[in-house]
Parts: sequence; structure tokens; C-alpha cells
Amino acid sequence: MDLKQLCEIHAPSGNEKELRRLLAEEARAALGEENVRTDRMGNLLCSIRGQEAGKPHVCVSAHMDEVGFIVMGATEEGLLRFRPVGGIDPRVIVSKRVLVGEKRLPGVIGAIAIHLQTREDMDRVPDYDHLYIDIGAKNKQEALEQCPPASVACFDAPYTLFGDGFVCAKALDDRVGCYNLLRLMRESYPGDVTLAFVTREEVGLRGSAGAAYALQPEITVNLEGTAANDLGCGETQTQVCAAGAGVAVSFMDNSSIYQRRLYQKMMRLADRNAIAHQVKRGVTAVNDAANYQRAAGGARAITLSVPCRYIHSGASVCCLNDVEAQYALTRAFLQNV
Amino acid sequence: MLRDTLKTLLSAYGPSGNEHAVAETVKSLIAAHVDNMHVDALGNLIVEKYGTEETGKRIMFSAHMDHIGFVVTDIDEKGFLRVHNVGGVSPRISSARHVVFENGVEGVLYCQPVKGEETAMKHLFIDIGAESKEEAGQYVLPGDMAVYAPDCFELGEHRVAAPAMDDRCCCALLCELLMYLDEPRNTVIGVFSTQEEVGLRGAGVAAYSVNPDIGVALDVTAWGDTPETKLPAISLGKGAAVKFMDSSMIASASVRDALLKAAAEAGVPAQREVLPFGGQDGSAIQRARAGVPAGCISIPCRYVHSPAEVIDMRDMEGALKILLQFVENV
Repeated sequence: MDLKQLCEIHAPSGNEKELRRLLAEEARAALGEENVRTDRMGNLLCSIRGQEAGKPHVCVSAHMDEVGFIVMGATEEGLLRFRPVGGIDPRVIVSKRVLVGEKRLPGVIGAIAIHLQTREDMDRVPDYDHLYIDIGAKNKQEALEQCPPASVACFDAPYTLFGDGFVCAKALDDRVGCYNLLRLMRESYPGDVTLAFVTREEVGLRGSAGAAYALQPEITVNLEGTAANDLGCGETQTQVCAAGAGVAVSFMDNSSIYQRRLYQKMMRLADRNAIAHQVKRGVTAVNDAANYQRAAGGARAITLSVPCRYIHSGASVCCLNDVEAQYALTRAFLQNV
Repeated sequence: MLRDTLKTLLSAYGPSGNEHAVAETVKSLIAAHVDNMHVDALGNLIVEKYGTEETGKRIMFSAHMDHIGFVVTDIDEKGFLRVHNVGGVSPRISSARHVVFENGVEGVLYCQPVKGEETAMKHLFIDIGAESKEEAGQYVLPGDMAVYAPDCFELGEHRVAAPAMDDRCCCALLCELLMYLDEPRNTVIGVFSTQEEVGLRGAGVAAYSVNPDIGVALDVTAWGDTPETKLPAISLGKGAAVKFMDSSMIASASVRDALLKAAAEAGVPAQREVLPFGGQDGSAIQRARAGVPAGCISIPCRYVHSPAEVIDMRDMEGALKILLQFVENV
């Protein structure tokens, strides 16, 4: 699958089944049935046997799930009540198209027309108690027949190439990582490698906890999409990373302080192989590396991210060169571990 | 002596995630007194002193090596460093401080003028005397961490002030315990843990690999005996505190009571600690694997997480006696 196909699949946290099925198909074809398995948390774990003895077992991990919505009920008028799955700013969802349920029914997140807003409405940030999904249903009964509670919804957003090598799509966080895992699958490496496609990252790093405990790799490279704020950000001290400036290497975020030596090794490898890279400068967000670092007796971990503007929206933007750089640096690491 | 050991440890550099210099210092102090030592993937220094009885328990003590600090996130065009906190740092008390990096580079941490909002980390910067981004970059890079410069001084006869007292005073206590123990009945595992200040990260993995029968964290606790400060009901100089609970842990009754009993048997005072906030390694030990009975001995410490954390050496000496008694009789 290419990045476009991956982004178009719907897989909000806890509903990764369809994506997992397609990834597993590709993994079985590449690695053989016996090297691909799914665990109880729905993580897809793919093993590549190393060519040499005595090398550490490295896990490369990316999460399958994306942020989305879940239906809670309906109003008498037939509008769906819902809540976000994962962190979504309600300001970015008003008047956006969504697709609801397995049948992918078209819906729109309603907004009060500007003509009808009071001054107070204009100043207020909409909250989830006052937002709804309109699926064109006549009444509550029809709405709930079409979309019973627990139906999930995703942004209805096309994958669009634009500018000089930029892409705009939903779910770039973390389909970029999934995409690079698929590419890494096509080669072999000196040491044993496990490629882990994990679940439920966006609701609290839940899938990777089990995978990390079961695998207990000596080193984990966590592939992520992370928030870029290179545009419209006045203060230099609050800038985190920039789209188009290369793969972002983390020294610390809100869930891990990365081992200094591993961080330095990544920076050196990127320099030596002329791979575009940047330091992720801000200390922001949490990710699966925390679980890999702290499962059982502890291990080394690092996070390599593709900077994504407007992350956790239906129109996140990244630079394809950064996706390439994430792949190149991970590959170089696996070959030099 | 306890005071000398403490002073040696206070001068070591060791913000969360970068504790290796502290580990080296500890190793040099206790190498001759323990049966084995190793450092795990998270940098925890784990040392073991074998017990004489085959049926003896495995008791894990944990004292964290890391202290709070500031990580460089950016260097501006004029050579000023922007920082993010490592652990619980109050931006308000961080201004106009002497700080130091691992490579010895020194700086002044200061706060830019702030209007109409609360002082936050984004307002702080470090001045290392550089005049440009290029010059600053020769000494410090993003990801490097600064800590309050070591500055240890005595207050009166019994008290000592320093940054990093949290938790080097308990590293000193654990070192002394390991030095004093002579053929103990029970096996003692000393964990000099990492990354406590960012969420008890080191102790959790150490507890998994040590797999102890009992866990006791050694840490500082807050104070309630200075002007307008009433909680917790803990005073300096009135003895080490046996923790009942804090935000991270309700101490296992068996361990808590054994610690209180040990204090009574040793004839030293112990305060009963109920802390309405805070956390320490005991929490991570208690919930390792299938669960470990765990408690905590606390050293009362004024002005915690400031550049002048104050403890009373009488509390330290009392704690050492409690621990020696505990190891023999638990």
C-alpha cells in the first residue's frame, strides 16, 4: 500500500481491524505466514530474522490508529451526539464532512450559520455538548437505526498533493510511520527486527504496552507524526519542528527522556548519510516510546517523527521528503546497529 | 561519615535521564561494601548485598539520583538559550539563578519581562555569556540540561542546605546503610534510581528486574513548620517520617508498621507522614509485577525543588538507625 491508500483507510482507536487486515496481508506476502502475528490488543507484530548472531533485537513501532469520533446517541430531531476518540480540538471540526459507521454514511458536523449567531456565539469555542453530526436523518429512530451508539466516524478528507512535495490528508499521524514500516519490511538486517503496528495510541498508548512487554526488544525506534508549528508561530522559543526540514529526532518529550547515546547516534548517522534531519526542539506530546522504554526491566528507545502541520485534523500536512528521511534514517540505523 | 558522604554526592551533576555521574560517585563510595553492582538500560544503579539466611527476604531500597533541571530547547540569534523544565520546577523561583551544564559551562537563568500573565517556562532563558547563536552552539546544544549550581552550606549545628538535596540526602543514607550492614540476615538490594522527578520511571523497571519481597523508597518530604505553612504536619529535626500516604501511594500496612516498630526498637523518633500531594519511587515498586508490599522513609526537607533545600542531619541519623533495625528484624 502507498501512503494515499493508508491514509484513506478508517481506523480510529479501537477500530483498527480493517487497516490491520490489509497490513497483515502485505506482511504475510513479504515475510511468510509464520512471521506475522496479531496479539490480544490487536497489535500486528512482524518478525524479520537477522543475518548475523549477537546483534540486539530492535523493534520499529508505529501506531495504526488515528483520531476520530464515536456516536453516543441522537437528539429527537435525528442529529447524532458524539465525542472525540483521541485529542481533537472542537474548533477544527465545525462544518467538516465525516463518514460514519461501517457503511461510511456521509455526515457533516453541524454549525450555526454566521447569520444566526449572536455575539456570544461568535466568541464561544464550541464544545462537544453542543456539536452534532447531521446524517440527514428525519428523527431519532432513523438516526440510531443508521448509526447506533458506538458507531465510529472519521474525517471525510481527500489525500491531496500540493505545493512542492507536500501532502494534505487525514491520519498522517501515524500512517507515515505505518508506510515506512511496510517499506522496511522488504529488506533484511544484521540483527533480529520486529516491525510493530500497534493500536490505541491516541487514547493513551494502550496497545504498545502489551507489545512492549511481550517483545522486550533491546532497542525500539518509534516512528511518529508530530506537531509542526513552523507557520504562524511568532516566538522562536515555542517552535518545535518544521515541515520540510527533515526527520525530527527527539531528545525528550512529555513521556520519555531518551537515552543520550542513542539520540547522539541517530544524529551522527543522519549527518554521515546526508539524511535531512532536525532536532525536535520543544518538549511536547506523549508517544509509544514510553512503553517500550519502561516495559519489564527497561530498554532503550528513541522517537523519529515526521513533522505534521494541523495534526489531529482532517487536513494535516506533511512534506514527503520528511517521510523519506524518516525511512532512510531508520533503515541506516537497522543496518548499523 | 554521613555528612561527608552527603557532601560528596551533592556536588555530582545529574538531572533526570543524565544520572551517570552520580552513579559513578555512588559506585566509588560503596564498591567495597556490596557483593555486586550493575547499571540497567535506564541508568539505574542496582547493587546487592547478600543476606546470610537462605530464607531471608529480598528487600529493595530505592533512592533517586536525579534532580530537577532545565533542558535546552532552542538557542536564539543572540546566543540566549531557551529551556523547558525537567521535573517539577517553579518558573517563579527559577529566575536569577546560577546554573551549570554537564560539561562545566555556567550560566545565569533569568526571566524576561512578563506583562499580564503568569511567569511560565517560555519566559525563562539562560545567558552563558555568548554573543551569537554560533558562539553559544560551541558550548551547548538543544537537549543539553542545566541544573542549579552546587552550593552546599550549613545552617546552625544540624542543618544543611543545597540544591539536589532531593534526593541526594537519601542516596547518602542508602550508601551509609550499605556500608554499615555487616552480614545482614536479609538480602538488601540498593537501587539508585533514575528519572524519579519526571514520573518514577527508573524505579518501576528496576523493581521489575529486582523482583523484591519488600520495597522501601527513601525520599524527602515536604514541611509544615515555617511561616504560614501548615501542611503537612512535618517538622525538621523531629525525626525521619514514616509515610502513610501521598498522592502516589498508600503505604502497605505491613511495611509501614514494621518501619514504625523499627524506629521504636532503635529508640529514635519517627514522624507519621500524610502528604496531600507528591509521589515517590515506593509507588512504582508497589505496583511492579504482581505487586510488592512497599513503604517509604522520608527525610523532612524545607524548600523542596528550590536551589536551597534544607534538611536536618539528626533526621538523617535517625533514619539510618531505623533502616538498620528494619533490615535485621523485618
